[in-house]
Amino acid sequence: MKRVFLAIGMLALGACRSKDPASGSSGPEAERKLVLTGSSTIAPLASEIAKRFEAKHPGVRVDIQTGGSARGISDALAGLADIGMASRELNPDEAANGLTAIPIAKDGIGLIVHRDNALLGLTRQQLVSVYTGQVTNWRQVGGKDARLTVVNKAEGRATLELFLHFTGLKSTDIQASVVIGDNAQGIKTVAGNPDAIGYVSIGTAEHDASLGTPIRLISVDGVAASLATVGDGTFPMSRALNLVVKGQPNGLARDFIEYSRSAEVHDLVKAEFFVPLGPTGT
Amino acid sequence: MPHPGRDRALLWTLRLFAVSSVAIVLLVVAFVSGESAPALAEVGPVRFFSDPSWHPASGFFNMVPMLAGTVLVSAGALLLAAPLGVLSAIFLQFYAPPALRSYWRNLIGLLAGIPSVVYGFWGLVSLVPLINRLHPPGQSLLAGILVLALMVLPTIALLSDAALESVPAHYLRSAAALGLSRWGTVSGVVLPAARGGILTGVALAAARAVGETMAVLMVCGNVVRMPEGLFDPVRTLTANIALEMAYAGSAHRSALFVSGLALLAIVALGAGFSEAARRKVVANG
Amino acid sequence: MADALTAPVAATPARADGALRETAALVAVWGTAALIAGVFLWILGELVWNGVGALSWEYLTSAPREAGRAGGIAPILVSTLAILGVCLAATVPIAFGSAVFLAEYTSDAGRFGRVVRTSLDVLAGVPSIVFGLFGNAFFCRTLGLGFSILSGGLTLACMALPLVIRSTEEGLRAVPREYRMGAAALALSRTTTLFRLLLPAAVPGLTAGLVLGIGRALAETAALIFTSGYVDRMPSSLLDSGRALSIHVYDLSMNVAGGDRNAYASALVLVGLLLLVNGVAGALSALWRRRLAAP
Repeated sequence: MKRVFLAIGMLALGACRSKDPASGSSGPEAERKLVLTGSSTIAPLASEIAKRFEAKHPGVRVDIQTGGSARGISDALAGLADIGMASRELNPDEAANGLTAIPIAKDGIGLIVHRDNALLGLTRQQLVSVYTGQVTNWRQVGGKDARLTVVNKAEGRATLELFLHFTGLKSTDIQASVVIGDNAQGIKTVAGNPDAIGYVSIGTAEHDASLGTPIRLISVDGVAASLATVGDGTFPMSRALNLVVKGQPNGLARDFIEYSRSAEVHDLVKAEFFVPLGPTGT
Repeated sequence: MPHPGRDRALLWTLRLFAVSSVAIVLLVVAFVSGESAPALAEVGPVRFFSDPSWHPASGFFNMVPMLAGTVLVSAGALLLAAPLGVLSAIFLQFYAPPALRSYWRNLIGLLAGIPSVVYGFWGLVSLVPLINRLHPPGQSLLAGILVLALMVLPTIALLSDAALESVPAHYLRSAAALGLSRWGTVSGVVLPAARGGILTGVALAAARAVGETMAVLMVCGNVVRMPEGLFDPVRTLTANIALEMAYAGSAHRSALFVSGLALLAIVALGAGFSEAARRKVVANG
Repeated sequence: MADALTAPVAATPARADGALRETAALVAVWGTAALIAGVFLWILGELVWNGVGALSWEYLTSAPREAGRAGGIAPILVSTLAILGVCLAATVPIAFGSAVFLAEYTSDAGRFGRVVRTSLDVLAGVPSIVFGLFGNAFFCRTLGLGFSILSGGLTLACMALPLVIRSTEEGLRAVPREYRMGAAALALSRTTTLFRLLLPAAVPGLTAGLVLGIGRALAETAALIFTSGYVDRMPSSLLDSGRALSIHVYDLSMNVAGGDRNAYASALVLVGLLLLVNGVAGALSALWRRRLAAP
């Protein structure tokens, strides 16, 4: 027993020693490692871009850590991460602190209902009535006779901010029946409840629906929700996925950001169901 | 052979180990208090109980419905899981055919190790739609209680099993000699002898229930409102932290740590209570 | 031990109401067992049904691709085992020492014992996400371990400690006082008494605690995302960040579109791993119990 612990201890010590030079802040070794933290929405994409970037630059390591947009922004500000990931715009305070947000892809937020719900679309005004509790039955917005289940996102989530911005509502106005966190939770909630309505990332919803999950994207103000309408800018609810740096990026961080915006990674962006930036970088 | 020197060294080593666990608690409490200090100083403790709602981004911080949510979900889960867990241990020790026993123990051990996200996933995909058919929206206090009961069941079952197994064999032989029936032995001899261990199991399960996050978040509905029935959605303090922490700005973040602190207070109260109960029960034995 | 009991019981004649109670108890106990087994099979059945198709030797031995939708889980398995190893190496000695101290050297009314015991109960109720944030602040930053397997394992150890300590302590407390008196009468040192007499008796409690602790550690998500991290590269040392299997399951099921099938497969691997680890723990404890108890 004792010998086992001893062995593990020595392994740990050995590991410490072998890593010491790399974890110092000076020397050429340190420049070859990038740390990204932040939004869990961006993390899988960043992870895939990082793998390809590592393959192109031998000796470079890019570590991706999650923890949410807020963490990405505060880590970038505090210097705990080389690059932060944020699935929302910077607010004025953050921009005033010298942070810069650089978009690498776009994502749209679409409304979803159960596949068996015949509703085709809602106007912005109807959406406001549904989410403020003025409308409690599908019949009132042209659907079947059934009680609505309103699915909302938790306070502070980037998708909620976008939704509030579009509808002009305050988060205190919303009367929800269910509050969710991640996209997948929203999709599974609506898939399991024929009378629910929610809003989630469009690419994810499109993909899940194509795999047979019983959900359907509906149009908003007459604009169909699809990656195409997000791409050409006609869909009203879309957001940029950003990399955040303090000041101007330089060295390896700049290379990585430029690479993430380049056409070389468009296939990876599409594989994660986001919309690549256009040739002008917007 | 007596070795007083070695005994003393042993005692100090053991004391050191015990102190280290106290040190961890102190570190955790200090950390959570430190993080919640800005909100407590700025907002003041009273407004966490008197504000009209919980909308931290808009400056409202009432967490009473979430305190109630945490207590209701955990208490419901324990009420369900405690009898089932103890019965499972009795089954294992006194009723199950010997060939089944090791399988049963493995099964309970497996239940303990299914990741909470799997329980949550199962709850969301299988259980919630069933409850939705009874009464929409499905995500509810009831769903939370059922999933949580399942999750804490192994803690109670395994610790009760260990407690039953530790009952000295001569108690059982005496019971047999007195001609006690099987259930008579269990209820009259074994359970009283093992109650300290069983209570420890229930206390740990209670702590686990209060602290559980991911599964509860997926099935409870998370609306911050006082529930009026089993089918109403609730939000627990842990779900609150997990839902909002990732996107919280500094003031909001600090307010979330206040919910963490409230949670620690609930647990400390419960722990003090259960320790008192345990000592009373053991002392009466 | 129940065998000694069942044989004579069956032959015992019982009075009518006694027989009724006996039957009711029988039904309740078997009913509970059937219920637990039923729900368990429901959950496990769903895992197997949805996940077994994606499982293969290649899945276990190759690296993940496309955010885990394709490829395998080899680096994640290695990280998970390393995190578990760190966790156990820290938990077992501390838990053991603390439990012996609590059971053998503190009285029920003593203040120090009470403080330790209450602390442990509080520790058991700290939500895992708070452990995660604490671990991030303490192990990753204050101690400078960074996002690493070491930070993750140590954070898990903090979570598993109360379970293992309390169940071991209960195991020790159940050892009849006469044993200790006998040992004292024979003038055995406390050290000898402890290792020869008490520990073998406490093995069931320790094993139960370990099984729970390992289960909790392997199943943990929220505490690990802030400590051992998200990186799915093969770790080369304990100071590398490494993604645990439970985080992989969470990410695939909740964050990666189209990841459900591999989420089920990974969850199935996790359950299998747990079965294996528990089996080994059980076998070791049985072996150890026999060896220690031998004169």
